[in-house]
Amino acid sequence: MDDTSNRVQLAPAAETPVPAAGKRGQGVQRARTVALALIVPVCLLVIWDVMVRWTGTRLVPSPAGVAIMMWDFAFGGIYDDAYSASLPIHFWKSVQRVYGGFLCAAAIGIPLGLMIGRMPLLRKLLDPTLSLLRPIPVTAWLPLSMIFFGLGPRAAIFLVFLGAFFPILLNTVFGVRSVDIRLFEAAEMLGCSGAQQFRSVVLPAALPSIFNGLRLGAGFAWILIVVGEMTGVPEGLGAVIMDGRTLSRTDLVITGMIIIGITGFLSDRILLMLSNYFLRWSPQHHA
Amino acid sequence: MLDRPTTIAPDILEVSAVRKIYQASNGPVEALRGVNLTIRKGEFVCLLGASGCGKSTLLRIVAGFEKATEGSVTMYGFPVDKPGPDRGMVFQDYALFPWLTVRDNIGFGPKHRRVASKVVDELTDKFMAMVGLTAFADRYPHQLSGGMKQRVAIARVLSNDTDVLLMDEPFGALDALTRSKLQEELVEIWRTTGLTVIFVTHSVEEAVMLADRVIVMSAGPGRIDCEIEVDLPRPRDVASPEFNVLRREVTQKLTSHIAGSRGVAADS
Repeated sequence: MDDTSNRVQLAPAAETPVPAAGKRGQGVQRARTVALALIVPVCLLVIWDVMVRWTGTRLVPSPAGVAIMMWDFAFGGIYDDAYSASLPIHFWKSVQRVYGGFLCAAAIGIPLGLMIGRMPLLRKLLDPTLSLLRPIPVTAWLPLSMIFFGLGPRAAIFLVFLGAFFPILLNTVFGVRSVDIRLFEAAEMLGCSGAQQFRSVVLPAALPSIFNGLRLGAGFAWILIVVGEMTGVPEGLGAVIMDGRTLSRTDLVITGMIIIGITGFLSDRILLMLSNYFLRWSPQHHA
Repeated sequence: MLDRPTTIAPDILEVSAVRKIYQASNGPVEALRGVNLTIRKGEFVCLLGASGCGKSTLLRIVAGFEKATEGSVTMYGFPVDKPGPDRGMVFQDYALFPWLTVRDNIGFGPKHRRVASKVVDELTDKFMAMVGLTAFADRYPHQLSGGMKQRVAIARVLSNDTDVLLMDEPFGALDALTRSKLQEELVEIWRTTGLTVIFVTHSVEEAVMLADRVIVMSAGPGRIDCEIEVDLPRPRDVASPEFNVLRREVTQKLTSHIAGSRGVAADS
């Protein structure tokens, strides 16, 4: 019992200190990753620019034109029109709606998914209905949501909610159903049973799947915000794109697209960071 | 004196006339028939048998994970109908909670039985030290070797103040060196804590090494074949003549019915 040296030898892999890459080595690694990630976007920009010059089109602005538009959209001082320096307000409105709908979807989807996954009766009760609703494209709900919620932001939030809800729910159910049955047995024989198991076993064991669902759901949320804001909303990135279309201002449309792309990317990064933090126990999810 | 007197100890667990029938897709399968077994307090019992003899099923019925089709299991005279902290299980595949550290895995039982958090910490520290994992308190299961994981699984049950330790081929997935080390440690833990152990194995050597009493089971349907008392002093020496006499005897008992009914050699 007191021979600890033997015990340590049982786990040489766990004991060997990981050869810590120096600060400089890490920096080089990071720069390399960023550089690799930038190659394709830069190439796309160059192709875009060349194509615009080559065809001489006036329908699509050049990257430089879009860059000027973006600057004006963000800080103003160039065109001085209705869109100058209006980025913060549009951005803020869209973010509110995206996260409003997304958080509602998570708040309902995760608990419901945990219960459906764990309770056969509830699964038999709800699964057919959910399977029926799921294939309906969320955009098809637009007319109805406008009747339910009127012209305005609430219809957009509803669409975002619907779009995020199903991936979150289904991934949660899948996560719960794929929990190793042994873990429930282990919890039970240790005296953790019934409702206690939801918090102590079901939720943490399903967390990897839940995070997959959240990331998918957040992606859909950013897709649907544009659809949701295309009707009867004065502010929001979707509304800006729609206005750009109406006014034939393609530079405005592309500006809106790029900003949504970047925001969606950053919001996914935040979820990924949260996921890495909460799943630090899981070797295959710690990306 | 390394051995504890067990013969005068009271009965703790009683299995009477247990029968288990599974409904398989091709009809009912009788996994156990007419199993009677009495376990005395503080006893170390091994259930030994080839695959398919129902030894794991019997253990799972005692644990409360499965219900007997007929017959009953009682502990201290009360019927066993569901899993409980009084019968702690150690699984072959560890079944640790991968999202909890070594410390939190060991503290899981007491914490969920609403033990004060200070006491949980004391219990955790005590049993972490007992299995020699204090230095690994903040590791997650995926950072541990198989032997260390099984130590955590044992400590997790011990910290929960279990009466009977149920072990389902716990060392089956470990390499030979780690296995014999853990066997030694298990006997030491059993000796110092006064636990009752029911240990399922298919290895004759392991059974003779560990047990006070070896229950030999046979298949088709699963039943108890015979019992063999092992009164060798501990620590036991695998190389000693006495050990080998007993090992041969048990192997013979185990293989006789297999050879008779199926014509295959037992895996020891």
